[in-house]
Amino acid sequence: MTTGGTYAGGIWSWITTVDHKRIGILYFVSSLVFFLVGGIEAMFIRLQLATPENTVLSAQAYNQLFTMHGVTMLLFAVMPMSAAFFNFIVPLQIGARDVAFPRLNAFSYWLFLFGALFLNSSFFLGGAPDVGWFAYANLTSSQFSPGHGVDFYILGLALAGAGSIVAALNFIVTIINLRAPGMTFMRLPLFTWMTFVVSFLIILAFPPFTISTVFLLFDRMFGTLFFEPAGGGDPRLWQHLFWIFGHPEVYILILPAFGIISDVIPTFSRKPLFGYPVVVYSGVLIAFLGFGVWAHHMFAVGLGPVATSAFSGLTMLIAIPTGVKIFNWIATMWGGALRFRSAMLFSIGLVAMFVIGGLSGVMHSSAPADLQQTDTYFVVAHFHYVLFGGSILGLFAGVYYWFPKVTGRFLNERLGAVHFWLMFLGLNLTFFPMHFAGLHGQPRRTFTYPAGLGFEGFNMVSTVGAVVTFLAVLVFLVNLVRSLRTAPTAEANPWEASTLEWSISSPPPPHNFDHTPEVTSRDPLWHDGIAPPPPGEEEFHMPNPSFWPLVVAGGLLLVMAGALVGLPLVLLGVAVTLVGIYGWSFEPIH
Amino acid sequence: MAGETHGVGSGGSEAALTHGGHEAHVEPHASNRTYIAIALVLGVITALEVMVFYVEALARVLVPILLVMSAAKFVLVVGFYMHLKYDTNLRGLFFGPLAIATAIIVAMMALYGYFL
Amino acid sequence: MERTSTGVPNEKMLMWTFIGSECMLFASLIATFLVYRDQSIVGPYEEELLNIPFITVTTFVLLMSSLMMVLALSAVQRGDPRGSRLFLLLTAILGLIFLGGQFYEFNHFVHEGLGLSRNLFAGTFYLTTGFHGAHVAVGVIWLLTLWTLALRGRLGPEKAVTVEVAGLYWHFVDVVWIVLFTVIYLMSGATGA
Repeated sequence: MTTGGTYAGGIWSWITTVDHKRIGILYFVSSLVFFLVGGIEAMFIRLQLATPENTVLSAQAYNQLFTMHGVTMLLFAVMPMSAAFFNFIVPLQIGARDVAFPRLNAFSYWLFLFGALFLNSSFFLGGAPDVGWFAYANLTSSQFSPGHGVDFYILGLALAGAGSIVAALNFIVTIINLRAPGMTFMRLPLFTWMTFVVSFLIILAFPPFTISTVFLLFDRMFGTLFFEPAGGGDPRLWQHLFWIFGHPEVYILILPAFGIISDVIPTFSRKPLFGYPVVVYSGVLIAFLGFGVWAHHMFAVGLGPVATSAFSGLTMLIAIPTGVKIFNWIATMWGGALRFRSAMLFSIGLVAMFVIGGLSGVMHSSAPADLQQTDTYFVVAHFHYVLFGGSILGLFAGVYYWFPKVTGRFLNERLGAVHFWLMFLGLNLTFFPMHFAGLHGQPRRTFTYPAGLGFEGFNMVSTVGAVVTFLAVLVFLVNLVRSLRTAPTAEANPWEASTLEWSISSPPPPHNFDHTPEVTSRDPLWHDGIAPPPPGEEEFHMPNPSFWPLVVAGGLLLVMAGALVGLPLVLLGVAVTLVGIYGWSFEPIH
Repeated sequence: MAGETHGVGSGGSEAALTHGGHEAHVEPHASNRTYIAIALVLGVITALEVMVFYVEALARVLVPILLVMSAAKFVLVVGFYMHLKYDTNLRGLFFGPLAIATAIIVAMMALYGYFL
Repeated sequence: MERTSTGVPNEKMLMWTFIGSECMLFASLIATFLVYRDQSIVGPYEEELLNIPFITVTTFVLLMSSLMMVLALSAVQRGDPRGSRLFLLLTAILGLIFLGGQFYEFNHFVHEGLGLSRNLFAGTFYLTTGFHGAHVAVGVIWLLTLWTLALRGRLGPEKAVTVEVAGLYWHFVDVVWIVLFTVIYLMSGATGA
């Protein structure tokens, strides 16, 4: 038994950490790096498209960059940044000492990091995948993609995907089982609720993707015929399996942001969330419906009138719970004592931008309209409004909101406002013209366009917007570095928020709560909702640091690398993995 | 989702449950005799399945018969060997994902014209 | 045992959640198998290959391994070391027999001309049953590990949850086979009807 204390220092303490807060910080830093990588890729794309017949990039390089931009932003930036908040915030919001399985949590992080590094290493090892993040068959067959790019895609995402699944399993158990006394499900903060929902989406959506990539791997390496028309295989099967994963993935990306702003907006409106149960059930319903709409990505394939109508109708249904949430956020602000701090600006920005992205989404759900829009820049405009205007703005809201809790320091509010307005301007300049370029017929995924088709103006505005967005990110980085150099002055609850993470010091001590709080209200810090602690010291067990998660993840990385290099490396990887698992199993936890 | 049904209940009963913790956690068990009886039933159903497979006259209704029989085996193993009959608060955690998984199989079959 | 909000141990909750995820894994395999059924354009075809009596025997073996597993758990919970050792070992041995059967079956099919890349049936059959077989193999390793712990007297009633969680995994693998046996083997009789 250890009582509290402070963190050990040094690199080794970070490598062997099993503390949810430190793992959260690791996720955050890594995802920020990949956000910058994905952003630089986007800048190259926009430079290439600034003028017709431009030659900044070759077609080959362009294909690699738009593929890696998509994969990086979705799986290595937005998802892990959400995971950073899951890790740091959720155990604090439910009054827990840590997650249910601290070592498994570290393991998830290493899998994500190794998967991301492995996939990105392809740039230097013969070329990155150039088949789009959706990697449609049979462009990915060994006949049409003879290099190793697609193999890197399969193997890298296998690692990162496994990491996501393991993390999600951990969070489901944590949220069900480690809630403080009195923290019923209908008292959970919305961010924890959305983490719970997203975790279910992850454990159910990733396996179909894993299976389809295994099929593809076998097609490429052992000549099976899953996606091989010549042997009776059907490339559409990839599209089905991919979108059975890919559509829930969309909600995996947006629901954490919804959760964040559902905590931020009440705080800066000084009002409880309007219609809490409805917001919860809407989130659950969005997730559930998310499994029944995958084929709306495939209207242009030609599924027949019955299937098309069914998927079209189900897709339109999703607009209802989403619209309900929008009204709940607005109603929460209505009549509130609003404080326009940076976190609040980003939250309101999300509501506004997501409405735009949501409306163009409803347009796509109508199959005849979709046939006109599919594979044009109109679709690119749509999903950037929901992903950038939605997820990214929401995650930045979370950064400004929880930064004092994580570091004990404040981000500068003035720079925060500059960051927000530049980003708001930049993203609208970038993505709004894409609607028009798309409706004029500019196709996606094409490295250039001829002059005289009416695309030039729109594309130039988009590129200028991208530069503005990039400046906004630089402002954020400056803010981040400056803040980390200031003295820690944040008190426990600087925003006067209502949820449990604000009841302990900023930053929290390693053991989180001196006494497990007993909750008697949905907004415990607003309603005297924490029962007085019983007298005496509470005992708690701090888990030991462990390097076995790193060993197991490293073994799996060797297996993946071995798939490209040769059998001996695979066997070595298996051996390392087994040693790691046994070391892990028989290691004392406390 | 198991936790949901659990959590929707009133705060009072939840507090009682969380405080009761392991004291209140009495696990009812089927006896070894029940386990052996279930194994016998599983064996018999398997034998029946194979018999049905070989009966020409049943070829037209083979699929529904097989589905019912394998579902029975499925429920027996999950209910008794995996304790789901007793672990009521874990049922949603299994049957929720199982429902989505089944729906996806059926939808894929429909999309590929199985039921036409 | 640590206090949990539901009274269910974390490890057990984790295994059930994982099983939920596994449902989607096998659903993807089964859906693919069904979508590609009878789509092979060259032989050998499934109705020429599948040996129902043989697979019935290995199916029965796997079902009985589940019985051994519950008896093992019950012995561990009772604090009966002899029973724990015996039934854990029997579970693992029955699992190994099943795997042996699968190895024989694969080998036989390859000799009949069904290489992995021969036709769509080959790919879907080998991967679907292969994924299941890999799960059985992991289970066998897990059970043998528990068995060695039992041999060293380190598997008392306080470890009942560990054995229960291994049991849940093992039974789930059995349940998957109940489905695969019906879908892959027995329903092949309905094709062409």
